[in-house]
Amino acid sequence: MSDVITVNAKGFSCPQPVMMTKKALSGLESGHVEILVDTATSRNNVSRFAENKGWRVDVEELDDGGFRVILEK
Amino acid sequence: MDKVLTSRQGPWIAGGLIGLIAVALAHFGNPGNMGFCVACFTRDIAGALGFHRAGVVQYIRPEIPGFILGSFLSALIFREYSPRGGSSPAVRFGLGVFAMLGALVFLGCPWRAYLRVSGGDWNALYGVGGLIVGIFIGIIFLWNGFSLGASESNPKAAGLVMPLIAIALLALLFMAPKFGDNAPVFFSEKGPGSQHAPALMALATGLLVGWLAQRSRFCTVGAVRDFLMMGDAYLLKGIIAFMITAFAANYALGTFKPGFEGQPVAHSDQLWNFLGMVLSGLAFTLAGGCPGRQLIMAGEGDSDAGIFVIGMLTGAAIAHNFSAASSGAGIGPMGMHVTIIGLVFCVLVGILSRDRG
Repeated sequence: MSDVITVNAKGFSCPQPVMMTKKALSGLESGHVEILVDTATSRNNVSRFAENKGWRVDVEELDDGGFRVILEK
Repeated sequence: MDKVLTSRQGPWIAGGLIGLIAVALAHFGNPGNMGFCVACFTRDIAGALGFHRAGVVQYIRPEIPGFILGSFLSALIFREYSPRGGSSPAVRFGLGVFAMLGALVFLGCPWRAYLRVSGGDWNALYGVGGLIVGIFIGIIFLWNGFSLGASESNPKAAGLVMPLIAIALLALLFMAPKFGDNAPVFFSEKGPGSQHAPALMALATGLLVGWLAQRSRFCTVGAVRDFLMMGDAYLLKGIIAFMITAFAANYALGTFKPGFEGQPVAHSDQLWNFLGMVLSGLAFTLAGGCPGRQLIMAGEGDSDAGIFVIGMLTGAAIAHNFSAASSGAGIGPMGMHVTIIGLVFCVLVGILSRDRG
């Protein structure tokens, strides 16, 4: 399994988490990317963006109330 | 219902309902094409509290505390209440001030800009054009690394300040105390401030819209931003539905009156209609959302959005105390000055607030 890329977008509000995700995914044909966010809005926005780009999306709730959005292709 | 509201089609439903409610509120007493106007309503609240003394625009609009409390309750119920803050609060205060100043040069926030077009006020087309240009300038800054920095999680109580202010405003509305001769609370006897739907109806619709917008993330600025920036039409659906239902309701009620002249609470100085909204659109984009969205986020516990709202309240006082607000007769003597100062402020914020990480 290739390396996991982790992007910490906690504390940022839209559109920045999506922009950070876009940057992380650019040029990536496949892989495993994890985006950390702290609001449901960011979770939804990042998930929608990644789904539109053909990534499989999974979400884990974190102990601090945030979310780990796991993207795989 | 929640599944639908938070689905990909949610904005169609939320936006459509909000458009219908807006026209209904104007029908039941709010000023023309002003079913909802976050800027005008916040300005009226500033007047009611005596922060400015423009006698025709003083009323505690229950829609505004309704938005905050509707969002607050929705966020609590759906476990999305999350107190946070600390992302350049002073800058956000300034953006709130200038977003309001720009909106009062045009005479409406983005919500009302769309509502004015839906009611046939073609002057507002210049405002919507300015809004799109302002948002686009904001996008250029975002593309170049603009960021106000990350916020941090705050103690639970930190998110209660704005809901408590909302409750205090409602108490002042319904109890209507007088704090002395020629002292607040003021309620306009003529002019737009005297025109309002019944208070309980307005409060109920505010709560309803607060819930709808909290669930669907309805945002009149984010809609254009996401579409122009990423081709993401999710939020744009909300605005399209909002304008279609508002137009249909206006048409059905006979309040669709196409033209430039004689429009309610509007002027025909097109250059400043345009530039006022360039300023507003830019300030809202740098702050991350339209004024309605700021109220909703404030209800969710976002203190940075709360500071922006306090900035708007201050901007309203400045607009009227320093003769910068427009009226039906045209722009105020200082309208041009504050617009230009505001644009310079926003451009400096856009250039200087960079995330170098």
